[in-house]
Amino acid sequence: MELSRHWRLQDQRYRLVGEVCDTCGVKIFPPRDICPECSKPAQELYTFSGRGEVYSFSTVYNAPAGYEEYAPYTVALVKLEEGPVLTAQLTDLGDQEPEIGMPVEMVTRKLRTEGDQGMIVYGYKFRPALAAAV
Amino acid sequence: MSDAHPATRPISGGRSVKSGRSTLFESESLLLRPHFPVGIVGYGAYVPRYRLPAREVARIWTGGKGGVPLGEKSVPGLDEDVATMSIEAARNALLRARIAPDLIRAVWVGSESHPYAVKPTSTIVAEAIGAVPNIQAADWEFACKAGTEAMQAAIGFVGAGMARYVLSIGMDTAQGRPGDALEYTAAAGGAAFLIGPADESLATITASYSFVTDTPDFWRREGEMYPSHGDRFTGEPAYFRHITSAAKTLMEALETVPADYAWAVFHQPNVKFPQRVARMLGFRSEQTEPGLLVGEIGNVYAGSSIIGLTSVLDMAQPGDRVLLVSYGSGAGSDAFDLLVTDKIEERRDLALLTRDYISRRTEIDYATYARFRRKLRM
Repeated sequence: MELSRHWRLQDQRYRLVGEVCDTCGVKIFPPRDICPECSKPAQELYTFSGRGEVYSFSTVYNAPAGYEEYAPYTVALVKLEEGPVLTAQLTDLGDQEPEIGMPVEMVTRKLRTEGDQGMIVYGYKFRPALAAAV
Repeated sequence: MSDAHPATRPISGGRSVKSGRSTLFESESLLLRPHFPVGIVGYGAYVPRYRLPAREVARIWTGGKGGVPLGEKSVPGLDEDVATMSIEAARNALLRARIAPDLIRAVWVGSESHPYAVKPTSTIVAEAIGAVPNIQAADWEFACKAGTEAMQAAIGFVGAGMARYVLSIGMDTAQGRPGDALEYTAAAGGAAFLIGPADESLATITASYSFVTDTPDFWRREGEMYPSHGDRFTGEPAYFRHITSAAKTLMEALETVPADYAWAVFHQPNVKFPQRVARMLGFRSEQTEPGLLVGEIGNVYAGSSIIGLTSVLDMAQPGDRVLLVSYGSGAGSDAFDLLVTDKIEERRDLALLTRDYISRRTEIDYATYARFRRKLRM
């Protein structure tokens, strides 16, 4: 059980809370103590819009422990419109093929469950931007 | 505003209810009307992407013979549950309300498919939308009317002046035993409503009324995966009695008739029941058509009547009067009288419309459904 780790990461996982550097203005995700651009400490919290595009992707057929029931699934590098690139699962693809450059938006979904009796871990995934899909 | 407690305040222009011992005050005490006027400041819907046609269920269990109660039902993806679906509907409600989430003082989620038996769904939703920690949070249960039960409570909370905004959600990933009649209809989806002061609302809530009895038409025992039901007993003494009683009492007390309403929405477990109850009450099919979604998405239980309301709000005009009547097995109905304001026009398009979710549709077969609903044990 990793209750404390999941609990500590809730803000960034549930709603993409990162940081904005109050020195150089760069947006940072995930949040960290030092700005990766200007190396200044102590950043302001910043909630990302959740909009971005697929930078690259790969489909997982042999899933690691805890994710087997979701296989096959697609993992993508998503470039957020504010700049940072993060790794996340794509979801709700239906019969759509993922593409580089596909507009996506963040949704909060189940990431995994820790067995039948353990906690349910929630976090961000990205789906095809709905306005474009309909 | 009168100094008298609102429960004993006369209704202006009101009429007594024929309860056998009716007086003006007794009639008003049947109505649930808050001290401060309240309404819907923001609303949001959610329907998952996947659809299981009823003919697929019939193919597996009846050889494709016999009638089906609707066209198709929505099915949640593997990574969806009532918490994730509530989060999306809540985000849509907040987009329309345009308020900061930390102004919310309660997050209430009504469902009969909460992900945990013990641990609130509402805390997960509240955390995800940024409403914690200065809130009340609780999960509500009353079969298919858990969502409107949460709305009633929100009306009271806001209407008493205890809070400015309360978020009420009705959402389900309903369970149907393989091969049972409910497997055709038990679906996933729902809606969220941000209840707040009437002068900020896109639809004000004039009053509501609840009609409740102990009627054993449908239940699920602790630890059981699937519900049981009383077949035809779910009709006359359950669905029809409670909805007609709630609607008639509300309309009598408010001195309204069906023709006063632009739109009416009733709980929709299948296509026939809401159509029939509308006719029994004297509503025309044009009044119920925009809110009747069950044929396309199935019965979304605690979200059923209220997602119909979101569909009505998506197309309603300022000044439209709306009747909403839920039904929950066990049993009870909540009836609401709403009046759409001119704020609807500036807020409607701030979030995805209910129709946008319904149009986002990927058809699946029974095998995929069995996998998505974890009916396969490995």
